[in-house]
Amino acid sequence: MGDAGVPGITVLEDEQTASGPRRMVLNIGPQHPSTHGVLRLAVELDGETIVKCRPEIGYLHTGIEKECEAKTYQQVVTLTDRVDYLAPLSMNLGYCLAVEKLLGLEIPPQAQWMRVMLTELTRLNSHLVWLGTHAMDIGAMSVFLYCFREREDILRIFEMFSGQRMMTSYFRVGGLALEPPRGWNQRIKAFIDGFPSKVDEYENLLTNNRIWTGRTRGVGYFSLEDMLDLGVTGPMLRAAGLKTDARKDEPYSSYEKFDFEVPTRTESDVYARYLVRVEEMRQSTRIVRQAMDGMPSGDWKAVDQHVVLPDREKMKTQMEALIYHFKIVTEGFRVPEGEVYQAIESPRGELGFYVVSDGTAKPYRVHMRTPSFGNLQGTSKMVEGGLIADLIASIGSMDFVLGDTDR
Amino acid sequence: MAMPDGALPDRPLAAALAAFDSAAVVGGKFDRGELTLEIDPARIASVCGFLKHDRNFVRLSTVTAVDRYPAEPRFEVVYHLQSIERNERVRLKCRLGGGQPEIDSVTSVWRSADWYEREVFDLFGIRFAGHPDLRRILLPDDWEGYPLRKDYPKTGQRV
Repeated sequence: MGDAGVPGITVLEDEQTASGPRRMVLNIGPQHPSTHGVLRLAVELDGETIVKCRPEIGYLHTGIEKECEAKTYQQVVTLTDRVDYLAPLSMNLGYCLAVEKLLGLEIPPQAQWMRVMLTELTRLNSHLVWLGTHAMDIGAMSVFLYCFREREDILRIFEMFSGQRMMTSYFRVGGLALEPPRGWNQRIKAFIDGFPSKVDEYENLLTNNRIWTGRTRGVGYFSLEDMLDLGVTGPMLRAAGLKTDARKDEPYSSYEKFDFEVPTRTESDVYARYLVRVEEMRQSTRIVRQAMDGMPSGDWKAVDQHVVLPDREKMKTQMEALIYHFKIVTEGFRVPEGEVYQAIESPRGELGFYVVSDGTAKPYRVHMRTPSFGNLQGTSKMVEGGLIADLIASIGSMDFVLGDTDR
Repeated sequence: MAMPDGALPDRPLAAALAAFDSAAVVGGKFDRGELTLEIDPARIASVCGFLKHDRNFVRLSTVTAVDRYPAEPRFEVVYHLQSIERNERVRLKCRLGGGQPEIDSVTSVWRSADWYEREVFDLFGIRFAGHPDLRRILLPDDWEGYPLRKDYPKTGQRV
């Protein structure tokens, strides 16, 4: 039993010693379709009951935090996309806000609202992937196809804005990377007008479905105290009745100007997490609509010639603009000495960027407090004592991304 | 990067902590709306226990480190705490020398410290005394060196 001798696989000491006639150790992953990436779970079973579950991570570690130290501040933006690849714009936003806090840079209203609108679309994108794959894990194949149909529309919107479907890097320190494209509001409007009825479709398929409720109700219970103690954040906490959301508690990027609810449930099971995330999709739709209708006019990037690239037109007519363009592109911009921690509400929970500057053009240290890392730590507590048949439903309800966990 | 000694920021939390243990806080600052308190490394576990139980910092957001190589003391272990009830955050910082960096684990205060301390051990080589399972977490067990140290090269061949 166990997998002794397989290179690169950690053998847990107790893996060899499962004792008793009914005990066995089951290895799940690292390559397993329901771990959504490369996660390994060493599960000790007593019959069908999980006695012990040990998650092993690190298979997707790419050293991004080290790499950040060798790039200029603006270059790091493209690395943040690749951490949580299902919510790249949330990653961009968290990082940009942290650096802007260090710089003391004021961002014009249009850029802030654009950021809110696009991060909420990112939340929809992420929740759609979660819902589709989670439902497929539990056996509802058609939901996956429905969700990916709408996700495609969102990716096309991202492509329209940034030229990229997934690794958008559309937010930059100082504002946006490009001017918002012509006709963006018609595209967003067409999507947002149709989306609430699509959410109804998903709910028609699942909410009162007897198989779905049978597989999810009362499964994967996790007490609020344990979650707080183990570092779990986001929709998991809200499904346990705690009304916490960084968008409300510590508003950033003008979120305080938007009207939306923070949905909560109290059951703290897989079904409650499903209901919370579905309601979050409806709330995000509201935010996108408000941002679209009330989009302020004006600049889409800050006015600071030391940090923000000048307009193309100015470069051709003003010597000074040309010089600054050359300086920013070749050397980057200097950021005053200091350290900040910026937390935002990513689709998965608290996403924090701890950025330390030593006064040069490259970050001295970038630490990413990613929600998946914190949430995954709770796996053992959540699944131990439950049935092996519920394991996949339970871990699916955590909505982790392994790139986000391992960095 | 040294902070002025004894210049405690004028914040209620700093005062409460100084009243709890006058020797625990060795410095601090309030910068860009964020409170940083520098803690004597020997007292980190008791300070964290106080903050959790008496000041409602129920969440430990993250534990990480910064390497100030070649300056000494070389390492800063950084804790980010959050109180949901009072919607407040605080950053604690402990400085450790480069020889055999070791600090008490805070896993007995928050279980979430488990993986974060393992990560710091894995990438910086700082040991946490009293940690229940101090192994590498992201890198393979037989990895040599600690990649996030400043004297660890970013590229190159292992010889």
